[in-house]
Amino acid sequence: MTMTDDPATHMGSHRLRREDPALLTGEAQFIDDMSLHGEIWVGIVRSTEAHATILGVDGRAALEIDGVTEVLSGADLAPLWGEGALPCAWPVTDDMRDPAHLPVATSVAKYVGDAVAVVLADSRYAAADGAAAVSVDYDPLPAVVDIEAAVAEGAPLVHEDLGTNESYTWPLIPDPKAVDAAFAGAAHVVSERYVQQRLIPAPMEPRGVIAAPGVANGELTLYSATQIPHILKVMTAVTLDIPEHKIRVVAPSVGGGFGCKLNVYAEEILCCALAMDRGVPVRWTEGRSEAATATIQGRGQVQHIELAADADGKVQAVRVKLLADMGAYLQLVTPGVPLLGAFLYHGCYDVAHYSFECTSVFTNKTPTDAYRGAGRPEATYAVERAMDSLAVAVGVTPEEIRSRNFIAADAFPYESCAELTFDSGDYQAVLDKAVAMADLESVRAEQAQRRADGSNRQIGVGLSSYVEMCGLAPSRVLASLNYGAGGWEAATVRVLPTAKVQVITGSTPHGQGHETSWSMIVADKLGIDPDDVDVLHSDTAISPTGLDTYGSRSLSVGGTAVFMATDKVLDKARLIAAHQLEANEDDLEYFDGAFQVKGTPTAAVPFAAIAFAAFTAHDLPDGMEPNLEAHVTYDPPNFTFPNGTHIAVVEVDTETGNVDIVDYVAVDDCGNQVNPMIVEGQVHGGVLQGAAQALYEDAVYNEDGQIVTVNLGDYLVPSAAEAPVYRVASHVTPSPTNPMGVKGIGEAGTIAATPAVINAVVDALRPTGVTDVTMPASPQTVWRAINEAQGGAS
Amino acid sequence: MIPASFDYEVAESAEHAVSLLADHGDEAKLLAGGHSLIPMMRFRLAAPTVLVDVGRLDDLRYINSANGTISIGALTRHSELEHSALLAESCPMLASVAALVGDPAVRHRGTLGGTLAHSDPASDLPAAVLALGATIVARGPGGDREIAATDFFTGYFESALADDEMIVEVRVAASAGGWNYQKFNRRAQDWAIVGVAVAEGGAGVSLVNMGATPLRASAVEAAVAAGASAGDAAAVAADGLQPPTDLNADADYRRHLARVFTQRALKAAGVA
Ligand SMILES: Cc1cc2nc3c(=O)[nH]c(=O)nc-3n(C[C@H](O)[C@H](O)[C@H](O)COP(=O)(O)OP(=O)(O)OC[C@H]3O[C@@H](n4cnc5c(N)ncnc54)[C@H](O)[C@@H]3O)c2cc1C
Repeated sequence: MTMTDDPATHMGSHRLRREDPALLTGEAQFIDDMSLHGEIWVGIVRSTEAHATILGVDGRAALEIDGVTEVLSGADLAPLWGEGALPCAWPVTDDMRDPAHLPVATSVAKYVGDAVAVVLADSRYAAADGAAAVSVDYDPLPAVVDIEAAVAEGAPLVHEDLGTNESYTWPLIPDPKAVDAAFAGAAHVVSERYVQQRLIPAPMEPRGVIAAPGVANGELTLYSATQIPHILKVMTAVTLDIPEHKIRVVAPSVGGGFGCKLNVYAEEILCCALAMDRGVPVRWTEGRSEAATATIQGRGQVQHIELAADADGKVQAVRVKLLADMGAYLQLVTPGVPLLGAFLYHGCYDVAHYSFECTSVFTNKTPTDAYRGAGRPEATYAVERAMDSLAVAVGVTPEEIRSRNFIAADAFPYESCAELTFDSGDYQAVLDKAVAMADLESVRAEQAQRRADGSNRQIGVGLSSYVEMCGLAPSRVLASLNYGAGGWEAATVRVLPTAKVQVITGSTPHGQGHETSWSMIVADKLGIDPDDVDVLHSDTAISPTGLDTYGSRSLSVGGTAVFMATDKVLDKARLIAAHQLEANEDDLEYFDGAFQVKGTPTAAVPFAAIAFAAFTAHDLPDGMEPNLEAHVTYDPPNFTFPNGTHIAVVEVDTETGNVDIVDYVAVDDCGNQVNPMIVEGQVHGGVLQGAAQALYEDAVYNEDGQIVTVNLGDYLVPSAAEAPVYRVASHVTPSPTNPMGVKGIGEAGTIAATPAVINAVVDALRPTGVTDVTMPASPQTVWRAINEAQGGAS
Repeated sequence: MIPASFDYEVAESAEHAVSLLADHGDEAKLLAGGHSLIPMMRFRLAAPTVLVDVGRLDDLRYINSANGTISIGALTRHSELEHSALLAESCPMLASVAALVGDPAVRHRGTLGGTLAHSDPASDLPAAVLALGATIVARGPGGDREIAATDFFTGYFESALADDEMIVEVRVAASAGGWNYQKFNRRAQDWAIVGVAVAEGGAGVSLVNMGATPLRASAVEAAVAAGASAGDAAAVAADGLQPPTDLNADADYRRHLARVFTQRALKAAGVA
């Protein structure tokens, strides 16, 4: 397979996204653009208390409002669902504590934003007015806000009946004695504590749900702004005891998710249950401030990481203890998020001994769950920050400490100390390229000059070398981690009578450009134009089989399924061509959209003729089924391991604490690239999202568990104006795991950028004595860190 | 993010707007660019029952100059200030401050009259108008009256305007002296954490987001007038002030920022 800018092939070309005209002109239909006859609106009354007994719900004032038809408490609704209605699909340990989680709380509200009552109305405005008019009588209980406080002796309990705030402890310590020995004999020990603040995912489109019953036949269609229509279908069936074949889930155009739409939410179950009960469509659209508490949040960890290194700075062992914030309840994959990072705390370094342990705790806050990178940004942050500290201890540059520790290019496939098999990579080559692009020599000369001048604009350089595990996931590996489903993906390639092609994919795009990429894969293999390939998805009636989009899995798992299904189509087409040419199929080659007898271009059958022949079935080989269509379900044999080195150069105004990213270089190895333009877009957005954690974003709670950042004025999602000028390059080592040699790029930027930026800030501040800054490194935080390091007032 | 319900009236003229305000009393609010009022209504921090839309009064969109005085219609958009050749020539600070308000969408809707009437201590143009010693012309049922900018901002989101008055014009003297505006924020579209406007070589200095209103930094002005250096004059910028504490900055940090940016602004405006 070729991956070039050769115009004859599409793979490897910067082809514009076919999705964009409809998105950019407003033609694309999102949930809130739809309306169904007879629909009623749900308004949700949300707890204003972090932890409180619900003494009563008074809906009288709401019922006075024009258009409000009903006010329902959690107790009123309880008969619509069972005991523990919202599912958690990842019980990571057998003894994990998973509290019953009702869509609407009945007796105790456990976080600000927890649904406590529901208003039904004939419009969105009436529903909002009604929800605001419901008065709830709370008896406040002590709230658990901080995760370290949550595990302290005598801490109040989020779930009284569990008797503890701990959900589970999950260890990965293959050889404890070896780890202890490595630390005992180490020349350098680095021991650090880092805090991963909570983040609000804030996709451009908040969530929205419409549940439409088919009363006559007991059917249900659920329209949801979701990343996972397939998983949602299964979960809705199980949760509400509706026969699965009666449920259809449709994700219309979805305006981003970043993991927060990889879930089964209270509002989905609520609207479905009400629609089935009332026999009318029931809908809800999330407001932006509502999303700050009603949608899962990301990160939320306290990390302790230790490195044991020899005198040269060669790391012998890594030891990690994690406290992970689950929030008040376990959502779909909440407990699994730390595990997605658990294997990667030694980063891209050749380390012999490993010890990881995660304790997960409940707090009176919005549940956490997967957010772009999910576990891997946290792991990469810890090891990359610690590597910089090690570099200082050893007295070498950040690039030198990394070079001394990288897994060597000839070591692949590489068995890691955390028991993974890394597929391919050349980490040193990637780093060398990044260092050259960033021109670190000149940057450091400028840095030295400014330090010597005592300038109030100090420059810092931050490196971050990362490796991640993508392509979720081999089903058997998921089984070993207690995950409740497999990791395969399905695809159908269907050739129509006129030789146009339909691809049906189980991956569910919500901004990634699957239609463009999948059409390029198929077009190249069949020798046709990508515009002759339609890609269907996101509706379980059209694409019944799939596991959807998350974890940078779409191309490496879903794209591979498409690739393989196209191969199957070609295999059958070859038999038809051989039959027509009266030739041996082994003597045929497929070239330029036609089968020809090798070396005899005159004896050829074009693809269109084969497609038509398959359709008419007038003259097919004996016993062959008509039509040309193939289905593949691909279960990957391994993860893929994208990697890269990012370099941030920042300028810190030491008088104000302000940080500017003045240069940003990203060199990524995501294996072969189907569409480098899409790869660049993913890197750009990912880097800004990672830099946002470093500098801007923070879901701030006060000590009572009240969230303070509920709008985009206070929760600082950076815009294009804050984006650095990215300089992006790649280094390709094809993955041996799949036939296209692809790895995944959806999360790489987010994983790499956060530590690169913070390492740069700390590097800039080194002359002031600062060795760490908490995230986000806001101007005030940086200014205070400088003051504190210099012994001044804080 | 859903506002409470309200009635909506379109004003045909400033006089019509004023009479509608008089009819409805304090239940009514003028709607100009809507970029402060509508967010407040969406958060339900404001719930006027009548909106009087003055946004279409194009006869109040102008920037004129006569006899050294520049007159600006109240409905002039921030982007029109930003791109005005007249201002670039005769009062560049105003154009340059307008260019730093929010983002392009905000600047194309937001109006000078609206931002002054809103009297947000964190807004940019009120502080600029204050440093420039502008005059604000208000129209009421009894006709027009002139209010000095120094008398206009009376409290937190409060101005000297009566419920039935509307700003129709802002007048500033053509300004030739050294000037500078320092706006410190985290994202381009955000309000200033602290801002400092310096006009006429330091004769007019004002502070953004350092108190309940935009503030004239008279101690700094006096120090400059007495020949102090930029550093020495800036050292008194925060004296006696009680700035707010929010997620971006507590009061101490704000005072520090006020001194840093006053010094930078004074220097850029030519104070040694
Ligand atoms: C995302 C965003 C970012 C922003 N960033 C900034 C920023 O960085 N700096 C900044 O300074 N501002 C910022 N703003 C506010 C913006 O400048 C507003 O447009 C401005 O403050 C109000 O002008 P308006 O015409 O939109 O007023 P409106 O919102 O229409 O009205 C505001 C108030 O003034 C009253 N009013 C309006 N016109 C008159 C009049 N002629 N006479 C009497 N009363 C009147 C209204 O009744 C209302 O009470 C931002 C706004 C948004 C939405």
